[in-house]
Amino acid sequence: MLRTFRQRITITDIVIWAIGLAIAIMVVWGTISTLQSGKYATGTWLDLTIKGLAVGGVYALIAMGYTLVYGILRMINFAHSEVFMSGPFTAVFLANALAQSGFLNKQPLLSMLLITLLSMAVSAVVAMLLERIAYRRLRYAPRLVPLITAIGASFFLQYVFRGLYGSGFKGYPTVTSLQGSWNFLGIEVYKTQIVVIISAILMMVILYGIVQWTKIGRAMRAVSEDKEAAELMGINVDRIIVFTFVLGGASAGAAGILYILLFPVVWFFMGFIPSIKAFTAAVLGGIGNVAGAFVGAMLLGLLESIGPNLFLDGLGVVNPSQLKDAIAFIVLVLILIFRPSGILGERVTQTKA
Amino acid sequence: MLRKSSIWVEAIRNGLIGGTVALLLCLVGIVVALGQKMIVSGVISMGQILAFAPILIFAYTNARRATTKTVDTLLLGAVAGLSSGVILAALIGLGQVINLRAMFVNASPDLYKLLTFGLTLGPGIALLLGVAAIIGLTGVALFLLPARIRGTLIQAIIWVTLIGLLRELIVTVTRSWGPVAPLVKWMFARSGLTLLGATFLLALIGGLTYWRNSRPKQAQVSKRNPKQQQWIRWGTLAILGLIMIILPRIVGPFFSDILDNVGLYILMGLGLNIVVGFAGLLDLGYVAFFAIGAYTMGVLTSPELAANPLTYWQALPIALGVAVLSGFLLGLPVLKMRGDYLAIVTLGFGEIVRLLVLSDWLRPWLGGTQGIQLIAHPVIGPLDFGSQQMLYYVILVGIAIAAFIAIRLKDSRLGRSWMALREDEDVAKAMGINHVTTKLLAFASGAFFAGLGGTLFAAKLSSAYPQSFQFLVSINVLSLIIIGGMGSIPGVLVGGLVLMGLPEILREFAEYRYLVYGALLVAMMLTRPEGLWPEARRRLELHEEQDLALQQESQPVMKNPGQ
Repeated sequence: MLRTFRQRITITDIVIWAIGLAIAIMVVWGTISTLQSGKYATGTWLDLTIKGLAVGGVYALIAMGYTLVYGILRMINFAHSEVFMSGPFTAVFLANALAQSGFLNKQPLLSMLLITLLSMAVSAVVAMLLERIAYRRLRYAPRLVPLITAIGASFFLQYVFRGLYGSGFKGYPTVTSLQGSWNFLGIEVYKTQIVVIISAILMMVILYGIVQWTKIGRAMRAVSEDKEAAELMGINVDRIIVFTFVLGGASAGAAGILYILLFPVVWFFMGFIPSIKAFTAAVLGGIGNVAGAFVGAMLLGLLESIGPNLFLDGLGVVNPSQLKDAIAFIVLVLILIFRPSGILGERVTQTKA
Repeated sequence: MLRKSSIWVEAIRNGLIGGTVALLLCLVGIVVALGQKMIVSGVISMGQILAFAPILIFAYTNARRATTKTVDTLLLGAVAGLSSGVILAALIGLGQVINLRAMFVNASPDLYKLLTFGLTLGPGIALLLGVAAIIGLTGVALFLLPARIRGTLIQAIIWVTLIGLLRELIVTVTRSWGPVAPLVKWMFARSGLTLLGATFLLALIGGLTYWRNSRPKQAQVSKRNPKQQQWIRWGTLAILGLIMIILPRIVGPFFSDILDNVGLYILMGLGLNIVVGFAGLLDLGYVAFFAIGAYTMGVLTSPELAANPLTYWQALPIALGVAVLSGFLLGLPVLKMRGDYLAIVTLGFGEIVRLLVLSDWLRPWLGGTQGIQLIAHPVIGPLDFGSQQMLYYVILVGIAIAAFIAIRLKDSRLGRSWMALREDEDVAKAMGINHVTTKLLAFASGAFFAGLGGTLFAAKLSSAYPQSFQFLVSINVLSLIIIGGMGSIPGVLVGGLVLMGLPEILREFAEYRYLVYGALLVAMMLTRPEGLWPEARRRLELHEEQDLALQQESQPVMKNPGQ
């Protein structure tokens, strides 16, 4: 018994578990010493929690694009970051025009709706073109080929938008009625954060509904199970794949508008970091799984919002919030090592991973 | 009738797509940026070539698809070209009515001027439409030419364009070459080629290409005996080596700096080629090892940080050791991952290294945002390799060693194990290949070369800043090995020279390099995934089906000689 156990464990396993254990000890140690020092009040933690949930909501909507495409094509759409960027980067012109004419503050709801719709439309079109021009022909190519294509497409799109709209930062106008904060049981909460959390949840429910309860959603799930069988059942696989890209693109466009409510600045490189995070979230929740994307995104939002202060401050790290991106990356590596199937995910077999 | 009309619709559709591509190029700004770069002085600029090339290409592909009589095909080309022209004309028209510049920063008066050939609006647009139609016609005419003449013509035009683009380099290099200098002076205008020079070059290159293509395919090299072949190979190598040695003297300090950068990228490319090309592990965090090499060198040799700074040569083995060790460290957790996941995790690793280097937390040791200054450079006795022209030799030696190691590794037991893992991991494991050590060695040897590149980079700038180690560096290296040909060592050299050298020489183009890399990567994967200079085995792998089909076709032919 012990002998077979010993045979199965290799040096690499030991090293990997040692790394995991070291990180776990550091996290616990940091948490205890931070809490003991009492440097942050309860209010700060609550602030960070709300902020984390808001950011998590944005990640959830971006993660949908990764998860849907992965579910169907078993590929990571590396260019999804640019699908996310293209929407808000284009809609900024509409937003500024509306702000100049005064319409934005007169009819905030209607104008935000218009801006969101434009953003969703642009992102959806970019996603669709991407599928049509780049990915469609590579559906049966060796695995590295579509991935490299996606990386190339990502850079191409980034620099196309840089060329089109300029390389500088562009500010979004502020909506007066969304300024300031509400008071919930003695806690000050920014209005924008609440709006972002609620709309993200709402949109996730809609997306879940589309995938789970509509006819086209059923077709999507059928294609993701087995392309050939779905085709034999009379499903137009090409159309379903296009629809998947459009759906993922539209939700990324919506995520873009929620993102600019939190950070009202756009530029051509804005997609990179949030999208890597969203990908991490999708893997954390279990890639290919819609509910998993939501859970993973919320969890990651909380981890990177609370994490730096909670884990690192106690270890004596100066300015820990600088390392919040590093936390997300470390989370990604740890999940892929210890539980590649994610929290809610299907078992990712080695051939898929 | 119905069929015929659909041909015309198809032509218009292709023309419109071509026009849209041209429009995109215009709005992205690359057309105006290269509008000053004359290819043939006073006749055509690189910007114009870029704006009109899509029209030509789409008219050409349209002609290839439609199968009609010659007259019709020509007309189709004109229609396709005209519909492309309409899109550009619409842009100009729209630009007069509303201020497009509020959204598209590059919809500038310069662009309109370039598209209307400097004329006023009405005649300008008319001329533009006419030119577009003629370009469409030209595209079809190219298609109708016999294949050999077409190939010759296209090659000659590409070479003349390239020579026109590289005017500065050529003029600088040949300035002191007695008999050549006046000829060069005659061919080049203040910007680009003269009309006479261009015609001369076109005829010269066209004639040479035609002559070469018309000779039988069997090259003479194979007729010579092996000993002679070897002599020829060594001779070419020796001449190439000699040229490489005197190169920085010829091109001067400015181009030497570019040569250094290209050299560093080639060095890294040779390393990444082992990881991605040989072992098939897509590593997007390759810049991390480059950073680790540079920073270790900095920490050990800079008097700012080290109590008793070492020299370059003393610190080099330590820096390389640290890089290799970090290669192992990255390799361990990603052993079980494949493909996409591996790419993202390595990307994360690269970013973690950059974030740590940038952080205030590690500032006392690594310098934070301000980086490290006063890093040592290599010195051997009286020879100081601090200047760009001298450091070039150290980089050259580095590349030579790296290339030698890579070539020797490729056909070694280890190299064959790497390739087996790349082709099919499960089968390779079943054949008794230890995937743990094999993969770890791939990461470690890749890290070794990147670390070496990093130390040289630090020595070149005598400083190291976090901004130098962005994700884009990994993308640069990846692009050069993929476009050159994954797994192919000459591919790395060619890819490095073209992808890293060209944008440095053509400053106007530098801003758009990633746009072009991105487009090249996509185009490459769609049409020629094995790269420009492929490795034989990789080509076989990617074109398996085609080869099988070819074999089946050729089988009856093979039987014939036996009868």
